[in-house]
Amino acid sequence: MKSTNNKIISAKHINFFYKEFHALKDINLEISSQSVTAFIGPSGCGKSTFLRLFNRMNDLIHGTRIEGLCLVEGENIYAKGVDTDRLRKKVGMVFQKPNPFPKTIFENVAYGLRVNGMGDKQFISQRVETSLRSAALWEEVKDKLHKSAYALSGGQQQRLCIARALAVEPSILLMDEPASALDPISTARIEELIVRLKQNYTILIVTHNMQQASRISDQTGFFMMGELVEFGSTKQIFTAPEREQTYNYISGHFG
Amino acid sequence: MNRKSKQTIAFGAFRLLSLAVMGILLWILGFIIYNGAGAMSIEFLTTSPKDNMTEGGIFPAIVGTFYLVVCSMAFAFPLGVMSAIYITEYASNATIVRIIRIMTNNLGGVPSIVFGLFGMSLFVNTFGFGDSILAGSLTLGLLILPLVIRTTEEALKAVPDAYRSGSLALGATKLQTVRRIVMPAAMPNIITGLILSIGRISGETAPILFTAAAYFLPQLPHSIFDQVMALPYHLYVLATSGTDIEASEGAAYGTALVLVGIVLLMNAFAGVIRRYFNNKMKTY
Repeated sequence: MKSTNNKIISAKHINFFYKEFHALKDINLEISSQSVTAFIGPSGCGKSTFLRLFNRMNDLIHGTRIEGLCLVEGENIYAKGVDTDRLRKKVGMVFQKPNPFPKTIFENVAYGLRVNGMGDKQFISQRVETSLRSAALWEEVKDKLHKSAYALSGGQQQRLCIARALAVEPSILLMDEPASALDPISTARIEELIVRLKQNYTILIVTHNMQQASRISDQTGFFMMGELVEFGSTKQIFTAPEREQTYNYISGHFG
Repeated sequence: MNRKSKQTIAFGAFRLLSLAVMGILLWILGFIIYNGAGAMSIEFLTTSPKDNMTEGGIFPAIVGTFYLVVCSMAFAFPLGVMSAIYITEYASNATIVRIIRIMTNNLGGVPSIVFGLFGMSLFVNTFGFGDSILAGSLTLGLLILPLVIRTTEEALKAVPDAYRSGSLALGATKLQTVRRIVMPAAMPNIITGLILSIGRISGETAPILFTAAAYFLPQLPHSIFDQVMALPYHLYVLATSGTDIEASEGAAYGTALVLVGIVLLMNAFAGVIRRYFNNKMKTY
């Protein structure tokens, strides 16, 4: 783990295109480690695209192109010869809808370890337990580790996906609207979890829920039409936004 | 006439027609069982034909069909599955994918007798395999390849993309994702495709006519370079070109019954495998 004021992520003059569509326009920002950064903005503003830059998930979409510099722990992750599989081990991701594999609870968490060739049987079962504990799911599933992951509720499934991501010990966790498909109680549990995980991980979260952003994040970025309109401490963004667009959005005037 | 009675009449007609479809199938099955059951005996299933094929059994034809099915699937199944994986999971060039798809679809439209002719020219003559299990199986394999590719493709496409992105996001390679996530999830449907393929080739006559099938062989094949008797061809011979067609009628129906029975049995077996995978992968 890096020291607190180290910039674990920096984006410099990022432009991103889906074929002809200019999805991200000259984005610049830096993120310290062990913090929670929220990205808000209307649908289609580019915030999810921006999030997916950092584990190169956008690579899976044909016809995308990036310009600018994208640094993770000081490494240009779009340089030639970067191993995306290794990058994705370091930069974990939790998706909008819980997407456990059609395997047992245990195997879901062990999967990342297995594909990365990490450890023997004993190591794996230990790591599965610690990951499930970190994701606040252990007590609920310890007696049914070998049952299908789909026997769990939606909220539990999402925490399982968080445990699955934690198992390979990433330093950064990308979360793309992780609670948008969940009920309020499950959402609250995920939020508590995010705040707790901040001690060990750098978390980037995209959310449509502005209360959520203000509750859990340290800094907030507001995106609109592919531009990062404003980026600053969450307190400042929500109490004294510098830009009128930001103010209009967070006060619910549009979006 | 009001909407309600229109609906009653329409669905009544649909029900009648679907029952008719079922009826036809049952009729064929009943017809074959009725005519073929008389020929059925342990001897019929375990001995070779004799007395110009009016007596004896069909054991060599059963074994021959079994060999042809197994060998052609051993060739077509891996090839077809791997092509389907390439097309759906790897190929990034849309034009190439489209060309491959058009090719396989057209391949599937080629009449089976043309496959027979092609197989004879390539495998029997050019490669010098002669009339043999090998030549026949390769021909059958080519015939069935489009179906295997198509059903595997559909099976792979039915696997949610969320599984793939979930796996890749954990640092798994594409190959690991295919092997550990996509293939197991697609397996029940791939097995169904396998069932369809086996059913189709065990009944094909034209492709083996010039490449593998023997009119009469008193003994079993020793290697894949031997000719074999096969059920569909044997049926054809008994019904059209035996020395005494009337006397071999019973054997012909018996052969038909065995052929249908084998296909149904294979389907049931594949169904068991499919259920096993489904239970293992249950997502309820």
